[in-house]
Amino acid sequence: MTVIHAASGVADLGGADGWGTAPVLDPNEPVFKEEWEGRAFAMSLLSMRISGANLDAFRHAMNRLDSEHYFDDGYYGRWLYGAENLLMDSDIIAPGTVEARATNMTGGHAEEPAAPEPHKPDYAPTAAGSIRVIDAPQRFRVGQRVRAKIMQAPGHTRLQKYTQGHVGTVAIVEPAQVLPDTHAHFIAENAQWVYTVRFDSRELFGPSAEQFSLNTDLYEDYMEEAS
Amino acid sequence: MSTDVTADRIPIKLRTEALEQLLVERGLVDPNVMDAFIKTYEKDVGPLNGAKVVAKAWTDAEFKARLLENGTTTVAELGFKGPQGEHIVVVENTESVHNVVVCTLCSCYPWPLLGLPPTWYKDPVYRARVVKEPRAVLGEMGLSLPESTEITVWDSSSEVRFFVLPQRPAGSEDLSEDELAALVSRDSMVGVAEVVVS
Repeated sequence: MTVIHAASGVADLGGADGWGTAPVLDPNEPVFKEEWEGRAFAMSLLSMRISGANLDAFRHAMNRLDSEHYFDDGYYGRWLYGAENLLMDSDIIAPGTVEARATNMTGGHAEEPAAPEPHKPDYAPTAAGSIRVIDAPQRFRVGQRVRAKIMQAPGHTRLQKYTQGHVGTVAIVEPAQVLPDTHAHFIAENAQWVYTVRFDSRELFGPSAEQFSLNTDLYEDYMEEAS
Repeated sequence: MSTDVTADRIPIKLRTEALEQLLVERGLVDPNVMDAFIKTYEKDVGPLNGAKVVAKAWTDAEFKARLLENGTTTVAELGFKGPQGEHIVVVENTESVHNVVVCTLCSCYPWPLLGLPPTWYKDPVYRARVVKEPRAVLGEMGLSLPESTEITVWDSSSEVRFFVLPQRPAGSEDLSEDELAALVSRDSMVGVAEVVVS
């Protein structure tokens, strides 16, 4: 499966206006507020495995949800819907199967689609996790001025809209990591250096913004030299 | 926008049960493995791990120096490693600098040190706003910082996980490492609260 789905942008929330008052802290909240949340959590991790997918593909499976599915059932709701997307991508379950089963579990009668022939992605990681040892030299150095590219191609990315086109300074050289943009689609690991880049808030949000520093990680493919 | 999830909305609890029943029936998922995952994050891996790291850093200057230099290997000395902890960077709060962590794109969080993220961290409001107006957001969440304190926000967009080393509170000079660990709240290690002597 190397179909590239258009990124809906539903998950890219940084800097968005209109969201209202900040949440209240609850130091005593349980890890899972309801039992289904724990089941959805564990099942999603296992679904990633049985679909032959990876963490970036799972994140993309959530990013492609519409806003209703992304938000309305909270964090573990989007995990479950994302997991279902992975299971359908790899033909582990056919579309409509979960709905039919739910109907049958609640006294209704629905024909359940037969289990399809699985088609897992043609992909095998070169190592566990996302960090890789690479020989390529680092293109950028600490203290260097860099610009986050404007990248609007369809598909997965970890380059937030709010940093795109803005100039910052490399603060930390992080370990090389697989590139989510290609890894999520099982195209290639494209392991590359990652840099924590420091942006001034007014560079990002204009002269009337609060004064602070914003640090975020950019993969080398997301960056270009700034003069 | 598009979604691959079809049909009418089914209550999420029922939906979860339906999927589990299907996957278990087909031999794809072992409910005992699910139970073990859940138990791990309910009982074993949580903010107490991070609190131990903080208390040790407050009482052992060499440990603290190593922690700030190489978070991943230093917390591994205490046995803390695993999923969502591939590379840990520890950032220190001081009189002049306050650090606060977010993941605007999902809810990346240093699981080996803090467990699974709390509701407020996953809230779209926090994800949207803390990168644009952190002082206002922190104020609404109950943390008013002096104007002279510089704020640094860390937005976790790669597999690097950021962990805040909060300031040791005044009045804690006579406390033992264990007593200090008991004071350190989860929220202080993400940067939305300070540690206080209770």
